[in-house]
Amino acid sequence: MNLDYAPAPESRSVVALRPNYALFVDGEFTPAESGEHLTTLNPADETELARFAVAGPADVDRAVAAARRAHEEVWGPMPGAERGKYLFRIARIIQERSRELAVLESLDNGKPIKETRDVDLPLVAAHFFYHAGWADKLAHAGLGPDPRPLGVAAQVIPWNFPLLMLAWKVAPALATGNTVVLKPAETTPLTALVFAEICQEADLPPGVVNIITGAGETGRALVEHPGTDKVAFTGSTEVGRSIARSVAGTGKRLTLELGGKGANIVYDDAALDQAVEGIVSGIFFNQGHVCCAGSRLLVQESIADELLPRLRDRVSLLRLGDPLDKNTDLGAINSAAQLERIRDLAAVGEREGAERWSAPCDLPASGYWFAPTILTGVSQAHRVAREEIFGPVLSVLTFRTPEEAVAKANNTPYGLSAGVWTEKGSRMMWTAQRLRAGVVWSNTFNRFDPASPFGGYKESGYGREGGRHGLEAYLG
Amino acid sequence: MADGHKPKNKGSGAAKTAKTAKTAKDPESAVTGKAGQGRPAPRLTVRKTYKLYLGGAFPRSESGRCSPVTSSDGAHLANVSLASRKDARDAVAAARKAFGGWSARTAYNRGQILYRIAEVLEGRREQFAAALTDALGLSRADAAATVGAAVDRWVYYAGWTDKFTQVLGGANPVAGPFHNQSTPEPVGVVAVFAPQGAPLLGLTSVLAPVIATGNTAVVVSSERAPLPSIDLAEVLATSDLPGGVVNVLTGRSAEIGPHLAAHADVDALDLTGAGEAAVELEEAAATTLTRVLRPGPGSDGGEEAWRGTDPGTSRMRPFLETKTVWHPVGV
Repeated sequence: MNLDYAPAPESRSVVALRPNYALFVDGEFTPAESGEHLTTLNPADETELARFAVAGPADVDRAVAAARRAHEEVWGPMPGAERGKYLFRIARIIQERSRELAVLESLDNGKPIKETRDVDLPLVAAHFFYHAGWADKLAHAGLGPDPRPLGVAAQVIPWNFPLLMLAWKVAPALATGNTVVLKPAETTPLTALVFAEICQEADLPPGVVNIITGAGETGRALVEHPGTDKVAFTGSTEVGRSIARSVAGTGKRLTLELGGKGANIVYDDAALDQAVEGIVSGIFFNQGHVCCAGSRLLVQESIADELLPRLRDRVSLLRLGDPLDKNTDLGAINSAAQLERIRDLAAVGEREGAERWSAPCDLPASGYWFAPTILTGVSQAHRVAREEIFGPVLSVLTFRTPEEAVAKANNTPYGLSAGVWTEKGSRMMWTAQRLRAGVVWSNTFNRFDPASPFGGYKESGYGREGGRHGLEAYLG
Repeated sequence: MADGHKPKNKGSGAAKTAKTAKTAKDPESAVTGKAGQGRPAPRLTVRKTYKLYLGGAFPRSESGRCSPVTSSDGAHLANVSLASRKDARDAVAAARKAFGGWSARTAYNRGQILYRIAEVLEGRREQFAAALTDALGLSRADAAATVGAAVDRWVYYAGWTDKFTQVLGGANPVAGPFHNQSTPEPVGVVAVFAPQGAPLLGLTSVLAPVIATGNTAVVVSSERAPLPSIDLAEVLATSDLPGGVVNVLTGRSAEIGPHLAAHADVDALDLTGAGEAAVELEEAAATTLTRVLRPGPGSDGGEEAWRGTDPGTSRMRPFLETKTVWHPVGV
C-alpha cells in the first residue's frame, strides 16, 4: 500500500517579505540607534528571511517614553468602550490577514501550516475579540468597582507561538488601559512586526503598542527599565528567575509563564485510541515546543504493553517535512541551538538507561529536524523525566496505583499542565483534584481558549493569562 | 484567664508591673521577705514560659536561646524563644506535612474550625486585652476594641472558607465542546511575616486568610511584640486546628527570614511585617519562584490600621492558584 502524499504546499506569495525590518516605536517604524541588526532564518531550509534591527538602551528608552506618553495622554483616559473598539478592529484585521500571517509564522518558526492556519491564527483573533469585550466591563471583573490600569507594560515573549504569545500579552494589557513595549524572540520577530503594521492600519494611537526587536540584551534592558509598571514574560524558568530577582524592590507587577514537564496519565480503563491521539498531540504538537507539553507519559503498568506498540504505530504515521505543506504534521525545530539541546538531552536519556525509539522518517537535508522520539524505561531520577526538553521527545514511565500516578506526576518543580485519561468520572475528578498543575486536560490535551485561564503552579511561573483571571495581571 | 488582670501578675498590666518593679525587683522576694511576719503571704504568680509553636506542640527553640521582651515602657514581661534556622526548617516541614490534610478538609469544616478559633478567643478577651496593653501600651478601651476586632476577623474568614471558590472560580465558556472550569486552590506553605506593630489584629488579619483558603502557615512573629502570637497559638491549639497548620516562630526576623524566603518548600511569602528586609526576601524568593505578597499601605501601622476595613478577597488571592480543568462533552 502506497501512503505517499503528493506535495501540497501553501503558497508563499501571500507574504511580502521586506529585506529589512525596523523597530516600531511611537506609531512609526524607525531604525535602531546603533544601526545593528540580526538575521532571521527559515529553520526548514536555513535560508535568510530578513534582517531586523537590534534595539539598544536608547531605543528602549524611546519606546518606554512613547508608551508612557500614550498611556497618560490617550489610552489611559480613553473610555473603555472606545479602547474595546480598537481591539475589535485589530481582531478583524487579523482575521482578514490570517492566511498571510499563518504562512509568515510557518516560514519564520518552522511550525506546520496546518497548525498556524488552524490553531495559532484563529486563537490570535479570538484573543483580541475576547479582550475587546472586557475593555468597558472591567468593573464587573471581580477586582473592585473601579480597577485601574498599571501604566506601561514591558512584555517579552518566546519563539514557540510568536503571534499567539503576542496576543496573550497585548490584548489583555490594552483592554485594561495599559500601553505596551513588547519584544518578540530573536528567531521569530516577523509576525510581531506585521502586527505593528496592523496597529497602524487600525489607526491605533501612536505609542500604545511599541515593538522592539533584538536578543537577550534587549530583553534585559526592557524588563529592567525603571520606566515601566509591569513586566510580563513567557519563556524559560532560568530567565524567569533572574527577572523575578531584578524586579524585587521595584514595586513592578510581574507575571511569569515558564517551563513545564507535564505528566499525561493513562489509566487502565482509558479509551486507548483516544488516549493515543491525545498522547501524540500532547507531545508532538508544535514539534514539542510547548511549555505545557505532555512530555512525561505515565501509563498504568497493566496496559503499557498494549499501549506502547499502538503509540509507536501512530507516531510512525506522522508526516515530518516542509512546514508549508498542508499535510505536514511535524515541522522544523526552530533553531540550531534548540536542535542541539534536544539532541543532547535525548542522548543523555539513552546514556542513563532509557530505551530510545524514533519514528522511521526521512529528515530533509537542510534545516533543523528531529524525528519524533519515544524514550521508554525512564525512571523519575532520569534527566529526561525532570528537565524540559522542549522538543518532540516523550519520556515514558509506568505506575500501578492512582496514588502512585499522582505522586509521580507531582514529583517535579514544575506545575503547568497535566493530562488524565480514564473513562471513570470519579477517578478523573479524584486525579484532577490532586494534580498540582494550572491546567488539567482530561481525555483531551493541548486545548486553548481566550476564556480559559492558563498558567502554572510552582516553578512554572505565576499569574494567569486568559479569562477573567488574566485581567488581574494588568489591573491595580 | 481572669488573673490576666491582677496587677502583680507577670506578663500583664505592664505599667503596674513596672511600678511594682521599682519597689520590689521580684515579687517572689517580696513574698519571701514578708513570710513569717504573721500575715498571709500573697499568692505567688505562676509565670508563663513562652515557647515556639511547631507542629501542634510548644517546644523551646532547639538552639536553647531566648531573649527578654519588654513592655512599651521598658518593663520586663517575659522571655521568648529565639527561633533558629533549624526551627524554621522544622516549621516548614510541619507545615508541609499538615498541608495535604488541611487543604483536603471540606470548606465547611475549615469554616467550623475558624469559627471555633473566634469562640475560644472571645473567651479570652480580657487576657488578650491585657497582653496588648502590655505590649503596645494601648488604653484599656483600645485594647478591648482591638481584641473584639480580632475575634470578628476570625468570624469573617470563617465565613469565607466556603465562598471564595465560587467567587474566584467558575465555568469558562470556551469555543468548543468542552466542559471547562477554573477553581482556586491553596498555593501550599506560606511564610507569614507578621506586622510588627499589630501583634493580634494585624497577625489575625494576615494569618486567617492564609489558612481559611487551605494553606498552612509558618508565622514569623512581630519582633517588637511577640508574646500575643504565642498566646494566640494557645487558642489555635485548643480550637481543633490540626497541628502544623499554623506554626509560630518568635525571634529575629533578620536571622530566620532569609532561610524561609529561600526555602524550596515554601510556596509563598507574605512580607507585610518584613520592613526593610522585604526587598532582600523578595530577591531570595525568586530562586524557587516563590509567590510574594509585598508590604502594602499600613503594613507598619499599629493595630488601628487593621480595624474597620473589609479586606475582601485581597489577602486570599495572593495565596491561591487557579486550576483549570477541561473535559470533552459528547455522547
